Amino acid sequence: MQQAEPKRVLTGSHYLDGDHACTEGAIAAGCNFIAGYPITPSTEVVERYARRIPSIGGTFIQMEDEIASITAVLGGVWGGAKSMTVTSGPGFSLMMENIGLAAMTETPCVIVNVQRAGPSTGLPTMVGQADIMQARWGSHGDYEVIALAPQSPQEAFSLTIEAFNLSEKYRTPVMVMLDECIGHMTERVVIPEASEIKILPRRMTDKPKGEYLPYEVGEDGIPSMAHAGDGHRYHITGLTHDERGYPAMDSKTQDTLVRRLCDKIRNNAKDICMLEEEEIEGADVILLSYGITSRVSRAAIEAARAKGIKVGSMRLLTVWPFPEYRIKELAGKVKAFVVPEINYGQVSLEVERCCAGKSETILIPHMGGTVHNPEDILKAIEEAAK
Amino acid sequence: MSDLKMDPCYEDVAEDRHPMDHLLRADRLPHIWCATCGIGTVVKCFAEAIDKAGIDYDDVAIVSGIGCTGRVAGYVKLDSYHTTHGRAIPFATGMKLANPRMKVVVFSGDGDLFAIGGNHIIHAARRNMDITVICVNNFIYGMTGGQAAPTTPNTANTSTTPHGAFEQPFNLPHLMEACGAAYVARWTALHVRRLTESFQEALLKPGFSFVEAIAPCSTLYARRNKLGSGYDLMRFYHDNAEIKHGSDPREIDIGYQNKITVGKFVDRDRPTWQMKSMEQLDSTLGEKYYLHDEACEMCKEDINA
Repeated sequence: MQQAEPKRVLTGSHYLDGDHACTEGAIAAGCNFIAGYPITPSTEVVERYARRIPSIGGTFIQMEDEIASITAVLGGVWGGAKSMTVTSGPGFSLMMENIGLAAMTETPCVIVNVQRAGPSTGLPTMVGQADIMQARWGSHGDYEVIALAPQSPQEAFSLTIEAFNLSEKYRTPVMVMLDECIGHMTERVVIPEASEIKILPRRMTDKPKGEYLPYEVGEDGIPSMAHAGDGHRYHITGLTHDERGYPAMDSKTQDTLVRRLCDKIRNNAKDICMLEEEEIEGADVILLSYGITSRVSRAAIEAARAKGIKVGSMRLLTVWPFPEYRIKELAGKVKAFVVPEINYGQVSLEVERCCAGKSETILIPHMGGTVHNPEDILKAIEEAAK
Repeated sequence: MSDLKMDPCYEDVAEDRHPMDHLLRADRLPHIWCATCGIGTVVKCFAEAIDKAGIDYDDVAIVSGIGCTGRVAGYVKLDSYHTTHGRAIPFATGMKLANPRMKVVVFSGDGDLFAIGGNHIIHAARRNMDITVICVNNFIYGMTGGQAAPTTPNTANTSTTPHGAFEQPFNLPHLMEACGAAYVARWTALHVRRLTESFQEALLKPGFSFVEAIAPCSTLYARRNKLGSGYDLMRFYHDNAEIKHGSDPREIDIGYQNKITVGKFVDRDRPTWQMKSMEQLDSTLGEKYYLHDEACEMCKEDINA
């Protein structure tokens, strides 16, 4: 781990919205290249970057569309930059093919999705959480990604840094699943000293020229990188490839590659997953939430406790990989998991799968445009505790 | 090769190594291209151009999209990136901005660059992004089995225009000129010396340079249209290509089996994206701009020039 560069860190106490806090997180993490395309409610992230970065060190380019944005990000990474793009639902859909290329070529990059309500153009200026499954499954083929869900501008800052660190550690695209409420919510954001911000440098090869194989892996299953111009003259492709990076059109290479791409995330779920738990021990009901919905659930949890209901809280800071090891431990020990989310049931399906019938899973759906009414969440907790 | 050598008529020509082997991934041969396909010739010209231009191999990256020409990146021994269909140009753009020292070359086909990737190429030319784009134009989608391309001339037969193509095809040099490319040339796979020279010029030209290389697709385009073999197409280029440097790009459309105008059509100086960006940021931010010193150097060079 290294420390953040002081010139990139806006140390102090600020009054920032989630989009701007996300920009500051990216700059602090060392992001020196953003390619983006305007889309509500995410645009403030790149606007701030475009304004700030020329006096710090880095490049912003507004591309012709979101497909170009994500692809330029990948090119930027292989050219040596720490790169990110920022979008919302419709743009996220357009990026999917090249997010698959990022997963396949193991390109460390960050994609921020400030979620709005869909499908299609939906409610462009209003909140949604319905891109969560798309973050995981949106591109074709089997792969795994990492997705984080901040609940405040403060976390938009800190989790964006974490997203960069995870992308470098596991060489995978990492999604920061913000939403319109947090993106546009203005709160106090405390940015620490640079010395307190840990940055994981890219894992570069130490092989001499002529000996580097771009997809040679050790026990941890994660290859080391070389940038364009480093002298290794290697090949990278979206085709199924062997450790030389050469296309290999056979099911054995496919099996080795796809298992490794998935397992490097699945097998490290405990290392990757960040969970915030509260009063889980002895709880009858667990309220499981992420993003803005965690904030709304607060009032319901406190009201339920005031009524004497033993309700625990589990908040997912990491949505993907899903912390199934933890849900499986608790399944059968609680009556129910109550899952409010601003969609018609996405994370709740994962909870249900992990509970395997041992505890009930109660979805509190919301189609988007606003957040839940805490009364509705309270009612569900009360029902579940009966 | 050893069998060939036994035949006295091959003795003088057969070698175990291709003269451009040092720039090819010989361990990936045989390649996937059909016999008499023109792509290999274009790759050979490109490799030779890199040598002639005296560019350090470590300073060139090659980016391809998808399709027959999309496979070029896999056979050239440089830092090489085989990306998604149509997206080689934005990938190259990101790479160039991340590492301006690199010569970034996009090597792809007419369908990849001008149909699915059409939006990217027009914007890269508009920005005068400092990359070189080599487009092998064979008038058809080869990899997927001979469908119509945005370059297919009227009234050629393809598998998706079985009754003859009727859409207006793109005139690639005209489009590139209109969008702002700094360098535009067109040759055929027959013009190996001139094509190599154009690649050399394009590689050394600051800004967006574009070279169209017309190449035979004997398996699909020639066969479906009963034009003979790749050899016959080369013969056709020999008889019908007219070298007219500086032609008005508006007047060099390619009709079905008509004369083909080749040559260098555009060679102009325009500030690149990077130069414009530095100039603008420096004029607004002055010493606060992190590349202030480099920007000052650039200004001095401009004055000296």
